[in-house]
Amino acid sequence: MMPFNHMKDYLTRQEALSFAVLALVLLVLLPLSLDVMRLNQVGKYLSFAFVAVGLVLCWGYGGILSLGQGIFYGLGGYAMAMYLKLEASSPQNTLIQTTPGIPDFMDWNRITELPWFWEPFYSLTFAIIAIVVLPSIVAYLIGVAMFKRRVGGVYFAIITQSIAAILTILIIGQQGLTGGINGITDLRTLKGWDIHTDVANYVFYFLCVFLLFVCLLIAQFIKKSKTGRILIAMRGQEDRVRFSGYDIANFKTFVFVVGAAFSGIGGAMFTLQEGFMSPSFVGVVPSIEMVIFCAVGGRLSLVGAVYGALLVNIAKTTFGETFPELWLFAMGLIFIGIVLGLPNGLAGVYSTWLAPKVDEMLNRLLGHEKQNQEIYTSIPIVKQGVVS
Amino acid sequence: MFSDFSTAELMAIFAMQGFAGLILFAVFILMALGLAIIFGQMGVINMAHGEFMILGAYVTYLTSTLFSTHAPDLFGAYFFFAIVFAFFAAALLGALVEWSMIRFLYHRPLDTLLATWGLSLILQQAYRSIFGAREVGVVIPDWLMGSYQLTDMIEVPINGIFVMCLALAATVFVITLMYRSRWGMQVRAVVQNRQMAGAVGINSAKVDRMTFALGCGIAGVAGSAFTMIGSTGPSSGQLYIVDTFLVVVFGGAGSLLGTVASAFSISQSQSILEFFMGGSMAKVLTLLIVVMILMFRPQGLFSLKVRR
Amino acid sequence: MTEGSNTDFLLAVEGLTVSFDGFKAVNNLSFYVDENEIRVIIGPNGAGKTTVLDLICGRTKSTDGSIRFKNKEITRLKEHEIVKVGVGRKFQNPSVYSDLTVFENLEISYPKGRSVFGSLGFKRTETVINKIQEIAGRIYLSDQLDVQADLLSHGQKQWLEIGMLLIQEPQLLMLDEPVAGMSVSERQQTALLLKEIAKQQTMIVIEHDMQFVAEIADKVTVLHQGQILAEGSPEKVKSDPKVIEVYLGH
Repeated sequence: MMPFNHMKDYLTRQEALSFAVLALVLLVLLPLSLDVMRLNQVGKYLSFAFVAVGLVLCWGYGGILSLGQGIFYGLGGYAMAMYLKLEASSPQNTLIQTTPGIPDFMDWNRITELPWFWEPFYSLTFAIIAIVVLPSIVAYLIGVAMFKRRVGGVYFAIITQSIAAILTILIIGQQGLTGGINGITDLRTLKGWDIHTDVANYVFYFLCVFLLFVCLLIAQFIKKSKTGRILIAMRGQEDRVRFSGYDIANFKTFVFVVGAAFSGIGGAMFTLQEGFMSPSFVGVVPSIEMVIFCAVGGRLSLVGAVYGALLVNIAKTTFGETFPELWLFAMGLIFIGIVLGLPNGLAGVYSTWLAPKVDEMLNRLLGHEKQNQEIYTSIPIVKQGVVS
Repeated sequence: MFSDFSTAELMAIFAMQGFAGLILFAVFILMALGLAIIFGQMGVINMAHGEFMILGAYVTYLTSTLFSTHAPDLFGAYFFFAIVFAFFAAALLGALVEWSMIRFLYHRPLDTLLATWGLSLILQQAYRSIFGAREVGVVIPDWLMGSYQLTDMIEVPINGIFVMCLALAATVFVITLMYRSRWGMQVRAVVQNRQMAGAVGINSAKVDRMTFALGCGIAGVAGSAFTMIGSTGPSSGQLYIVDTFLVVVFGGAGSLLGTVASAFSISQSQSILEFFMGGSMAKVLTLLIVVMILMFRPQGLFSLKVRR
Repeated sequence: MTEGSNTDFLLAVEGLTVSFDGFKAVNNLSFYVDENEIRVIIGPNGAGKTTVLDLICGRTKSTDGSIRFKNKEITRLKEHEIVKVGVGRKFQNPSVYSDLTVFENLEISYPKGRSVFGSLGFKRTETVINKIQEIAGRIYLSDQLDVQADLLSHGQKQWLEIGMLLIQEPQLLMLDEPVAGMSVSERQQTALLLKEIAKQQTMIVIEHDMQFVAEIADKVTVLHQGQILAEGSPEKVKSDPKVIEVYLGH
């Protein structure tokens, strides 16, 4: 079944090492060194890493820059939140309301009956399926509509950004149906199990890391299969790929859908760990921030995207708390600096400066790997001055 | 939604809302015109365009305070000075930005988007540090207040007409500049073939800088107009960037007349729908229609079929 | 839309017209290509040569007329569908995937796993590797398989693109200026390669170099202002007074 002749065609030694180090950091180092509250915070940052990993595929490999990943993150997050909210709004819990049994914000907005699209979210199975399927369907529709008509690049970025804006205005405007600008808050239990205890926080953190690795391994599979090479080929020579007999729109739609599904999972993990979901994670600003995580980590590096999401968020919290004014200046400057000077992000710095040394060290430890380790295979980079 | 009204009432509502939408139209035109030059002609995605507009708004605010404290007699005329100051302030900043970052990114259009986003964060924070987080508003001079009674049901706000004229003048100016002047020809030459333009002796670096500065300057003028419909805060510009990009894309990038037509249809439909369904739903519906149309006609309203 | 008729030809173009905002780049053009023929299209700049190839391979959609390949109407098919019926296209500027190695360039063109899920499950089997090595040998790039395509010389890129067509095993290859920018020895090698290909496949070639044209062509079609000016053997076309006038002017 596996389309690879050798394990190293799927994961080179360097890549295996970087996955192992990441696993070590996320599964051992951080849980041992941080208290549960801080760890929960890291878990929330990691929920953005899902989006960033998806963006590596879409943007880094496929050349499709979406400024609307917040749409999918939001859909996943809201799907989870709607289920939890319905559980929290059982008739016993909401006796004081005019209409018991519906979410509190609906009652405040004088809605007396649960809207039809909320009904299915009584089922956890439905909610879990919706977390992945809902963003995928939306992405598929946008993808087919746009890519079949050969809309790409800048136009795609602007249109996805507009859709993110529309969705945010809609959520805020329809307060009675969606919870409005405050979002869906006051989530308590999952199947009767309190989601705010320390144990729950640990469970969600490890679940989040596990799912993140599932996404990373799927992304790695796509990257190393022929699909990955077609994406790279497409980025520069779209016509040539078309005249090699491929339907480009299908490939673009595919990575866009994969990125959306990842984002949906991330959104759901955020809801579980934060205990609420709001439109402030859906709109234009958060969507662009998600692209920033990806750019800082390195738009072609899956593992880099995870570090990017972690580091930018950690910096945002620590600096943002102590020097709120300086932070926006610093963030703006970092961003301009990365785009101008380091188009390959932190991963680029690693592969130019550290990777050769690490390789040398591994050679001494393990003996030389066979000469044909990377035979026939190119190493993708973003070149300065090349259309991206 | 129309069935509750008689035809005459509907006509009056349409006309009233239409005139009320004039200022929004003017702001859209001026914003989009600047962006159409920067994006449509140069291919640069300037996410900080809203912040250039807000710079113009702050300059207008400063001018109005300056006049009211030092030259109260001339207060009625402050707006004309403000427009000029706003233009030059924004254009100067634009030239500086082009020199320090944009010129390195002409080959990477998507990256200009990210870099200018960083710039917009810096500018927003700068405004917050200098002018404070609270929104400021200008005092509109007396002669711009009030409205003109057209019929017993329809009245036209005077500032609306004034800003409208300002926007149209700017449009005519830009179109003339781009299509009738030697400089405009150089801009279009650089857009079509940078190397060739350089080879025939056009200083393409200078043309780029001037073009970018012009686009930003017009955004500054948009900021002056903006003070008439809203108060100015550090992040007010961000609210307009999505709409403005849609206006430009909907009109067909590269077509200045298309930009005007699309600014008109978007601002008018938003303003008219507002009467029937409230601000946020009107905006959702308008943007949704535009996005839907763009999905079926991605090249925008006006564009030529060209030989590849 | 005119309907084409059934013929014995591999490719039958009839009444083909395309207009860009009223300008007719190709105007009521008809020509027929036999199997295993090398057809060369020549003509002054702007005659519509590249546009004709664009129309056949679906890059540009025609305004009127019919293009039939093996008696199958392909006028309204999409690019990748036209590739699948057996038409390959090489561009004027060599367009290879510069970020990928020569091996990967050929691998992408290998006609298997062209759907999304097909390509996800595509495996580099012995058959694939052998085929790629065979093609690399034919295009003189055997020892360059590991090289990133970016680093090849201009002539080698042209060959690589021809190789990318060959591995698709099309019945009709369309080559737009395949020897542009090549040295004399590279030209000779290319002529050899094209003749070798013509034993099994049909070709339409656009070329300016008359010496090269005379060397490879079975039949030459001269285009002028989107219409056929002359057609026939290279010698016949060369001595045609209308052709001389167009090329040399008054």
